[in-house]
Amino acid sequence: MASCLRRYGRRLSVSICEKRELSTACEGKVIQQQQQQQQQQTAKLLNLCSAINQALHLALETDPRSYVFGEDVSFGGVFRCTTGLTERFGKNRVFNTPLCEQGIVGFGIGLAAMGNRAIAEIQFADYIYPAFDQIVNEAAKFRYRSGNQYDCGGLTIRAPYGAVGHGGHYHSQSPEAFFCHVPGIKVVIPRSPQQAKGLLLSCIRDPNPVVFFEPKWLYRLAVEEVPEHDYMLPLSEAEVIREGSDITLVGWGAQLSIMEQACTDAEKDGISCELIDLKTLIPWDKETVETSVRKTGRLLISHEAPVTGGFGAEISASIVERCFLRLEAPVARVCGLDTPFPLVFEPFYMPTKNKILDAIKSTVNY
Amino acid sequence: MAMRMRNVANHVKSRMGLLSVTNHGASFSSSTHIGKFLAISPPVRDFKNPDANFSKIATCRFESTKADSGRLGSQYSSIDSNQVLDFPGGKVAFTPEMKFLSESLKERIPCYRVLDDNGQLIEDSNFVGVSSEIARKIYSDMVTLQTMDTIFYEAQRQGRISFYVTAIGEEAINIASAAALTIDDLVVPQYREPGVLLWRGFTLQEFADQCFSNRGDSCKGRQMPAHYGSKKHNYFTVASTIASQLPHAVGAAYSLKMDGKDACAVTYFGDGGSSEGDFHAALNFAAVMEAPVIFICRNNGWAISTPISDQFRSDGVVVRGQAYGVRSIRVDGNDALAMYSAVYAARQMAISEHRPILVEALTYRVGHHTTSDDSTKYRSVDEIERWRLARDPVTRFQKWIENNGWWSSEAESELRSSVRKQLLNAIQVAERVEKPPVANIFSDVYDIPPSNLFEQEKWLREAIKRHPQDYPSVFPL
Repeated sequence: MASCLRRYGRRLSVSICEKRELSTACEGKVIQQQQQQQQQQTAKLLNLCSAINQALHLALETDPRSYVFGEDVSFGGVFRCTTGLTERFGKNRVFNTPLCEQGIVGFGIGLAAMGNRAIAEIQFADYIYPAFDQIVNEAAKFRYRSGNQYDCGGLTIRAPYGAVGHGGHYHSQSPEAFFCHVPGIKVVIPRSPQQAKGLLLSCIRDPNPVVFFEPKWLYRLAVEEVPEHDYMLPLSEAEVIREGSDITLVGWGAQLSIMEQACTDAEKDGISCELIDLKTLIPWDKETVETSVRKTGRLLISHEAPVTGGFGAEISASIVERCFLRLEAPVARVCGLDTPFPLVFEPFYMPTKNKILDAIKSTVNY
Repeated sequence: MAMRMRNVANHVKSRMGLLSVTNHGASFSSSTHIGKFLAISPPVRDFKNPDANFSKIATCRFESTKADSGRLGSQYSSIDSNQVLDFPGGKVAFTPEMKFLSESLKERIPCYRVLDDNGQLIEDSNFVGVSSEIARKIYSDMVTLQTMDTIFYEAQRQGRISFYVTAIGEEAINIASAAALTIDDLVVPQYREPGVLLWRGFTLQEFADQCFSNRGDSCKGRQMPAHYGSKKHNYFTVASTIASQLPHAVGAAYSLKMDGKDACAVTYFGDGGSSEGDFHAALNFAAVMEAPVIFICRNNGWAISTPISDQFRSDGVVVRGQAYGVRSIRVDGNDALAMYSAVYAARQMAISEHRPILVEALTYRVGHHTTSDDSTKYRSVDEIERWRLARDPVTRFQKWIENNGWWSSEAESELRSSVRKQLLNAIQVAERVEKPPVANIFSDVYDIPPSNLFEQEKWLREAIKRHPQDYPSVFPL
């Protein structure tokens, strides 16, 4: 971590909250076109929903043919991510939709097919399923099936995902795996405010339909310095956020902060952990993970979603294919249970720091 | 012979009579309550400035007539106009009398038609006139569509193409609706509307190329036959999924409105499609977003083998419009002139008033659902034949244009033999055109192929090299 800070010479602040520690972000790459603003860069302490709000303001500011819509977005949204947009850009560009996810995404596809940037909000990832047909059969195939005459690349679907402490079955889900099985869309999950702003702007401007899952747990609790200017972070590039030599850990979103705590604890026992933020789940950056596993010989994947059929399975299978002879131990997965997300039992369900730490040790001692 | 759509106005005769909107839906009792008809005077035709004609229509807002209080009072004996409640959604009169809205009106919504079964103009009909040129194009495109369907269907039976969808019986819906639109209006089809593409200039060769999935296929070999799409003709690519296109049309229409275009979106679907959730989503969104979109329902009586009595229990699709706040009309889909008029008027309203319009076109699916279906298994041959012969929309319109002196039997036989020849030729050519390259499997999944697709293409090509006998050799590598 320290070497990372030295390399980029930026002071980043760390915010510690009650139950989870947050990762400090190593600086992601800044795309060339923002270079002229680098002299005047200022940053502000922002939480995740403010960072997302800033990204949305910038997206609407820089493209007059961009729209934000979904349930309750007009007054600012149930998580306040869309605050101030209607006042600033008008109700023709930022508007409530009827309560109908298939309509929200279908409408967004039509808007995007006409060359607009359609930024749709699904109120909770738990409610994205009525739109699943529109996402899988329509958005993902729109360009391909038309022989590239049409596309809905301007479509971005944002949805809060993940455990929140009291969400139960329908306010805690991590459905990313369903979407990772769909060629034609991208799935992106940020780990922190600074990452979220840059990744969301990249998703909005990427010429492919993207599903952007926001870790709701971090909306208010994650606070870090976020540059105020317009910047984009690259998609399909994983980031090594902690260097190590004994084992590679791969995760995304809010789970990374738990994994980071496990890495810190493991270090006290002399285990050097390398931690990778995948960021884009499809198309995912196999090369970075493979390079790391070739170095460490061990892999551990952790996600909140249930373990069976979770995206960790894809990562495990691909890395075993590529690195079989290098591996010193089986690939470990520390994930949610194969149950619906239970309310009062959330502490039991979750892949905790200690579950991860145990798995790190048993993998290293295999 | 590309028709310049904008010049249509110059040719349209001034025959706009009464166009009206009534609030049928408020009439849940029986008899005597049809609202007042709002008459508008025929717009003056300014041939030098076609847009003047449109703007005159545009400024006539079609207002629903309001129910007079007497009528409402006749059903509820104890309504006091001072008894009004103020809930979210607006003021509403209340009544101590418990009365349920009937599940249906006493009579079905009447069906707008202007030509009778013999192609004779019905007395006192109002319709939008067409020039002889447009009428002849409507007719010959209907004949072309009918002939294309017959010949391509046969080609599938002969094993030359894998699959086909006919629109037999629905030629008037296809062509006449297309004729009432401009090229700037975006078409979002289901899969039984190739006539709209035909009207706009998609060539017979392009149709054949797509069905044969050859190198000229606009879908690059990826989709089943009859899944046409053409950006040049402003026609979204067909997908097999039912009704999923309806919300797309709404979003696209919203875009047209926001961009200030003099255009609307037009989307088609069947009676079966109206049962899908996307229909509900689309109509509701269209009304709330005030999107200029025309929903054209081809109610042809059958969703594969499912008759409409198994599809819904409402009076067809037209009555559903009001449930969403969408102005609607029921039209005889086999009457080309009525279809043309209704879509013409719908387009004016959609664009000038920023509102969706629902057009239910009643018709009959004369052909099988697709080449994978044998509809004699679930309906009588007599029924099919009756519709095919006695209720043929093509013949009906033919009679009308012949009576106007715009058509002759010489023109008829010349057209039919010419079209047939062109189609057979197109098929022969399409059959010989090279297939699309294997690389088309991997392109356009994303704008730029990701690394996993590079790897998979490499792996596939190695497999092809090692086992060429597993793969059809006609595809360029």
